[in-house]
Amino acid sequence: MSTELRDVPGARASAKARRVRSRLGRFALPTYSWLVIVYLVFPIAVMVVYSFNKVTTGLQNVSFSWNGFTTLWYQQWSSVPGLTSAFWLSVRLAIVSTLVATVLGTLLAVALVRYSRTKFRGKGAVEQVLFLNIAAPEIVMGASLLALFVTYNIARGFLTLVLAHVMFSIAYVTVTVRARLAGFERALEEAAYDLGANAFTTFRLVTFPLILPGVLAGALMAFALSIDDFVTSNFVSGSSVPFPVWVYGATRVGTPPQVFVFGTAIFAVGIGMAIMSIVLGRKK
Amino acid sequence: MGGTLGLSDDERTDAPSGDPSRKVVVCFDHVTKIFDEAPAVDDLNLEIYEGEFFSLLGPSGCGKTTSLRMLGGFEEPTSGRLLLGGEDVTFQAPYRRDVNTVFQSYALFPHLDVFENVAFGLRRQKINKAQIKSKVSEMLEIVDLPNFERRRPSQLSGGQQQRVALARALVNEPTLLLLDEPMSALDAKLRRQMQVELKRIQARVGITFLYVTHDQEEAMTMSDRLAVMRHGKIEGIGSPKDVYDSPSTEFVATFLGASNLLAGSVTGTEGDCSLVRLSDGTTLRVPTARTPKGVTSVKVGVRPEKISLVESGLGASNLTNVLTGQVRVSTFTGVGNQYLVATPAGVEVTVYAQNIGHGVAPRSGDQVTLTWPVEHTFAVVPMSGAELEEQVDEGEL
Repeated sequence: MSTELRDVPGARASAKARRVRSRLGRFALPTYSWLVIVYLVFPIAVMVVYSFNKVTTGLQNVSFSWNGFTTLWYQQWSSVPGLTSAFWLSVRLAIVSTLVATVLGTLLAVALVRYSRTKFRGKGAVEQVLFLNIAAPEIVMGASLLALFVTYNIARGFLTLVLAHVMFSIAYVTVTVRARLAGFERALEEAAYDLGANAFTTFRLVTFPLILPGVLAGALMAFALSIDDFVTSNFVSGSSVPFPVWVYGATRVGTPPQVFVFGTAIFAVGIGMAIMSIVLGRKK
Repeated sequence: MGGTLGLSDDERTDAPSGDPSRKVVVCFDHVTKIFDEAPAVDDLNLEIYEGEFFSLLGPSGCGKTTSLRMLGGFEEPTSGRLLLGGEDVTFQAPYRRDVNTVFQSYALFPHLDVFENVAFGLRRQKINKAQIKSKVSEMLEIVDLPNFERRRPSQLSGGQQQRVALARALVNEPTLLLLDEPMSALDAKLRRQMQVELKRIQARVGITFLYVTHDQEEAMTMSDRLAVMRHGKIEGIGSPKDVYDSPSTEFVATFLGASNLLAGSVTGTEGDCSLVRLSDGTTLRVPTARTPKGVTSVKVGVRPEKISLVESGLGASNLTNVLTGQVRVSTFTGVGNQYLVATPAGVEVTVYAQNIGHGVAPRSGDQVTLTWPVEHTFAVVPMSGAELEEQVDEGEL
């Protein structure tokens, strides 16, 4: 600090204030970050921890008083019949709807980026509908889908679930893939044509490998949206009940601890995929 | 052609223009391409011969890239026909044409290594693997990139990427290779090097090259023939020497190298020469063959390096043109001196004199006489005021 500054009255005080502020800054941000992390992770941690909790009451329902550690629920993961079939239904539903939504959504994204408004009539309308699809409250979609299926007398079950899940996933896939395509150099496709590849071969060998990260990200999003969807599924599931709907129904009478086991398993798979994507990303 | 890395004349393929004995590879037959109601290419007629290195030269927006893209199959002409080796390819898909392109951005496939990039075209032709391997290796040898097979494009320098792009196109042995300003991303030194290299490769593979550029020096260095384009039309075509020495329009005279242009009017002929009177009364001789027919108002042109500076007092003759003037600016450039000389006609004339040590160089303010042989004089129709203004804009690009 220079001598002139020291002579000014108040300079010492302001320097002190600055020190206090910088110390505050050094602690405020980490504290805030940790609070956010705790806030986000706490419910999941509770689920994971209580999946190892003993049950002392006669009915095998979760309780939030700690009765001791056990891995019994992991050993008996499939002993609640309705729950296991609901879980597998959710997995099948997520796989099928992700595949369909990814194919349709990717093709839609390519069309939206490639063709001008003159070649692609209704392009503006498609873009608006995509936005609406993301923005509209799920309760609206669920209710109107139910009304539609009831009106046309379509039996609710796996098919209606797939239709509904594909419908709300497509927009997310399209938006993700379109973002990847926006930075795509058109000359790469021209180069492939130039070297003798027809439109299909060009897509297979050049376009698709280059947009694959976007497609995978879109597919993951579609999968995540589908496996935990409750609102729409509750409306259109009928007698085939997927995992979230089953859990919601079960909470009214008591939740079997296996619900926490499945929840933990789904969470672990998600974490595993996230770590894999980071590792693969670093390798490149 | 200045002190650049030029090619000696015996390195150039012998390609006289309009020679009926040579096989025509490319033919533009009244080709017009209209974008948003404005013609990018306007009734283009052009023939390119087998084995030729041909350049389309012009400022941006002159239609040169559009012409190239129509040959590649990436644009369809609005009207007219395109012939390739005698076959009509006007509406043929790009992947069916026996043409390959080196793109301005190179467009190397970033997810494939150098080998797979170069092999891409061969794999489409169902050639067996051993043959593909030997062809790719041979081509990488030619472009001086052996042992680069397993590198990704992102691990290569700009010059190396360009060689890969060239190899990827040439390995298919096309009838015609299109090059769309392939040097524009390289720095000046590397560009000079690649110009010589490219010409060497072309001579070795013997494939017809159609080269698009806005760099006049590049076009003159490499081409057997070139065409200067403007507003979708060809303004001048021929060997670089012909187009440089007798430009057909004022645009060509100023776009291809530097020209001194002096406005005057044709007063008559004398032998093989037309007489042109400048505004100050001086009469210059221009070979009649290089004078536009049927106009009186012309501009007389002479290239700066053709002019000699001599001491005052020399008179004009049947063989030399003479102007007097006062040196305004004298600049030493190492290889020579550059002078700006004010003439009584009100035009500043640029003169390049080589640094070969003849006497004392004139200094600023000295009275000098400018002489040059009549055979190095040409005349063109002046551009209109609007065209001149536009050219100033183009020059800034």
